[in-house]
Amino acid sequence: MPYLVHSPEDREAMLESIGVRSMDDLLVDIPQPLRARGLELPAGLSEFETMAIVSSLASRNRVFADRLTFRGGGVYRRFIPAAVAAVTSKPEFYTAYTPYQPEASQGTLQAIYEFQTLIAELTGLDVANASLYDGATAVGEAAMMAHTHTGRNEVVVHGYLHPEYTEVLRTFADARGIKVRKGGEANAKTAAVILQQPDFLGLLVDARGITESAHQAGALVIACVDPISLAILAPPGEYGADIAVGEGQQLGLAPSYGGPHVGFIACRRELVRRLPGRLVGSAHDAAGRRGFVLALSAREQHIRREKASSNICTNHSLCALAASVYMTYMGPIGMRQVAEVSFKRAHALAGRLAALPGWGLAFPERQFLYEFPVRVPNPRAVIKKLGRKGILGGLDVSRWFRELKGVVTFTCTEVNDVAALDELMAALES
Amino acid sequence: MTEPLSFELSRPNAPSPRLPGADAAGPGSGDLLPGDQLRKREPALPRLSEPEIMRHYSKLASLNFSISEQFYPLGSCTMKYNPVANEAAASLPGFAQLHPYQDEETVQGALELMWRLEKALCAVVGVDRVTLQPAAGAHGEWTALRMIKAYQHSKGEARSEVLVPDSAHGTNPASAALSGFQVVEVKSGPDGRISLADLESKLSPRTAALMLTNPNTLGLFERQILDIAELVHAVGAMLYYDGANLNAFMGICRPGDMGFDAVHMNLHKTFTTPHGGGGPGAGPVGVKAELVPFLPRPTVERANGHLTLDFKRPQSIGRVRSFYGNFGMLVRAYTYIVAMGGDGLTQASRDAVLSANYLRKQVEDDLEMPHEGPCMHEFVASARNLHDNGVRALDIAKALLDRDFYAPTVYFPLVVPEAIMVEPTETESKPTLDRFAQAIKEIVAEARTNPQALHDEPRHLPVGRLDEVAAARRINAYLTGQSEDPILRWKGPEQSVR
Amino acid sequence: MADRRYTKTHEWVTVDGKTATVGITDFAQAQLGDVVFLELPSVGRKVAVREGFGVVESVKAASDLYAPVAGQIAAVNDKLSTRPELINADPYGEGWILKIELAGGLPSDLLDEDGYKKVTEAAAH
Repeated sequence: MPYLVHSPEDREAMLESIGVRSMDDLLVDIPQPLRARGLELPAGLSEFETMAIVSSLASRNRVFADRLTFRGGGVYRRFIPAAVAAVTSKPEFYTAYTPYQPEASQGTLQAIYEFQTLIAELTGLDVANASLYDGATAVGEAAMMAHTHTGRNEVVVHGYLHPEYTEVLRTFADARGIKVRKGGEANAKTAAVILQQPDFLGLLVDARGITESAHQAGALVIACVDPISLAILAPPGEYGADIAVGEGQQLGLAPSYGGPHVGFIACRRELVRRLPGRLVGSAHDAAGRRGFVLALSAREQHIRREKASSNICTNHSLCALAASVYMTYMGPIGMRQVAEVSFKRAHALAGRLAALPGWGLAFPERQFLYEFPVRVPNPRAVIKKLGRKGILGGLDVSRWFRELKGVVTFTCTEVNDVAALDELMAALES
Repeated sequence: MTEPLSFELSRPNAPSPRLPGADAAGPGSGDLLPGDQLRKREPALPRLSEPEIMRHYSKLASLNFSISEQFYPLGSCTMKYNPVANEAAASLPGFAQLHPYQDEETVQGALELMWRLEKALCAVVGVDRVTLQPAAGAHGEWTALRMIKAYQHSKGEARSEVLVPDSAHGTNPASAALSGFQVVEVKSGPDGRISLADLESKLSPRTAALMLTNPNTLGLFERQILDIAELVHAVGAMLYYDGANLNAFMGICRPGDMGFDAVHMNLHKTFTTPHGGGGPGAGPVGVKAELVPFLPRPTVERANGHLTLDFKRPQSIGRVRSFYGNFGMLVRAYTYIVAMGGDGLTQASRDAVLSANYLRKQVEDDLEMPHEGPCMHEFVASARNLHDNGVRALDIAKALLDRDFYAPTVYFPLVVPEAIMVEPTETESKPTLDRFAQAIKEIVAEARTNPQALHDEPRHLPVGRLDEVAAARRINAYLTGQSEDPILRWKGPEQSVR
Repeated sequence: MADRRYTKTHEWVTVDGKTATVGITDFAQAQLGDVVFLELPSVGRKVAVREGFGVVESVKAASDLYAPVAGQIAAVNDKLSTRPELINADPYGEGWILKIELAGGLPSDLLDEDGYKKVTEAAAH
């Protein structure tokens, strides 16, 4: 059996040392009626046979080439430098435990401290935490923070927030008796207004205006942001948002059928004590050496128990590490380049798609970065046709928004080279 | 040797990477977007070349303990070997490159894997269905409580209380409170097991659920579990299983058969997905028939060999995260289960119990054992016998770090003073267990003859004991506006934090 | 009443005329460890007996603070925001936390020195 280490002689010796005759003597506390007769699963296999089974499942999936992927909706194909996997596959990182014993975990703690700094810098806010599960739960957690901070029972979702993020927000909110209102202005009952920039359709919103009007009603502003976009766009800190959240998948993580990815959250100084999850801080030892520790743990569930404001017990540490490597590899110039190239390619594509007969930009007066909504006659047939040519075409958003019938969002990043755009156009024109 | 921060190593004008499409033509964001949408200050990300970056992270890696190098006898964490084959499986492009919004027809392999994993977990724990959506243990726990609440609500019941043993991990009461319940503590008896008398006195028509881990956090099997289940069900409440200790009895007995209605599992404990320094993990939840309608949506359904995602679940509690779960971790767990098979998983639990009892026996004269054996896959000892030498559980933990062992869990469970919770798991060889026992003996001897030496440990690690109190005070000084040094992030000279 | 009275939740109170001074006991501060932060109410807030009015936090624990008497908060020890360690160093003196203007009399179930001693003996392991 794989991964087991004791020989029959080892087992005999251990039983003897304990002073019992058989395993049954050790399992004596389990009532007889509960004792199972083995486990109803197929017998174990060699690594060779196991990998054959697993590979065969993998091969029953269709993998679209990066360059021919034009679908986004929260998960994007990006150039991921080899450095990312080279670092996250170091067993000292991926087989390490949660850094509760700081002296034995300085690698992990420092990497997370760097992640916190990188996210705080990108978002322009004071402090970021050690990461969360995904963008959706980050929105939910931020809403809970706002509720706890203001004592108010309602959150307002502005415009087109990612529908799955809204669903998760509702699950969080229902549990605490908090109301989620879609659209409209903030009022005295509003704990927070949530905006997404760029929004689910890829379009830019008036973040500054929304923030000002929310603050006038005494509500906080939660900005759900795309991390790559922050290389170009004004970050939440610059327009006065109180909390920034988002999905960090684009920072070096594979699509992986939706997970694991990584959520991030950052906030103004005044709200830091309300942050859920882990926080890493710097500290010194008796010899004056600087190290890193988990900080403000008394906020967390294992200490506050039923008084904690979140039950989150983990972060997505290895994913946050990947994101750190990516952001460090790119540096400020690389991040900006990734965003600009994507911007240019997407705008070129938008022009070409809008020129197709019967097609047009869905919201031509709005700005976008690298994802944009297009009106498409017969989206289902179009996407199917593209599929037959090995192209993962745009995302039909009418699936979530009935008022957007016939609207498909297309994404273009630095991995979609010019020839790929030509192939897409050729497939559509045929 | 410590390593500077990437920000401290950063050099102005260090080369930037060469990226695809740098020659892209056309107007840029500066040309097309209004000025007030554009960023005014460049983010102060570090500037380092690739060779410097790789060296930086290699140095950081060398500062970590990990299962790849050290024995981690952490109670209730099941730090067993992380098979490298799992990593190979998860990185297959046929899994890693799938977009979550691909048409179901193009991801039949992925859906089949999820379906098979669900069925395997059902077999291990004895339930009807399993949701793979929760991203972590606490996330799964909260999901289970939400389902229980929704189920009872659907019957017109508004039950307000959740019972939790005093020996429970902090996530239990936190998740209960966050699901809108009042938490009521149930006492353990002198043997560390739940007091049936206290349980009976606290059960009422207001009780929604009792949360239990079995074996309990002392590594002892709740012998009276069938009676407990009967009492709980008699008041119309449900029994929730915290899967932290599932490694104790796979193939030996099943929580579903004990009467548990909702069974939570940790793929990153029992099923070897790696801890990653604090995630990502996965916390699937198994349920009996009554709770099935309330599972998070979508579920994976299989008919005539064809797989679909079922979103039409009107009574579902909704989504608990985006997409379908931590799919990459599901691949790893599935690969492990296929490799081990039913026979392998059963032997794994048997070996886990055997190793724990063996190790307990080796140190029973050195540390205090508050409860009689046998234990299951873990045991709790106490350092109380060293109190008069001025030595505490924390000192023992730090001394073990110095001897290249990761320390066991200390100060938990709260019901044992100076607790040291040890879980060896089935993937540590007998020589390793013997070396650990020997280290304990040496440390205890040192505690008796030279306790001050222990207070100075660890001495051989990159840093000594870090002053967390000073750090906390400085953070609070920053948060209350008395200082501008955040402590929670690096801040360079020309930066303004906003 | 010149001498201290105590609560089961480890607060102490002394009364001078209509003003009660409140803090946490030596036992409590030893259990908590080094205090790093306090969440305290504003002056002017009214509290009922046994009502939670704040939190005292160390690196490893966070304890709620409960009012031993009913009344209105007249003063909060500002020094604690920059020097929370005063609670550890001098819990009955410089580490005082609140002053409350009494509304009505003292609760009858406040413990005296012996009564509180019994509580700590039972709690200590």
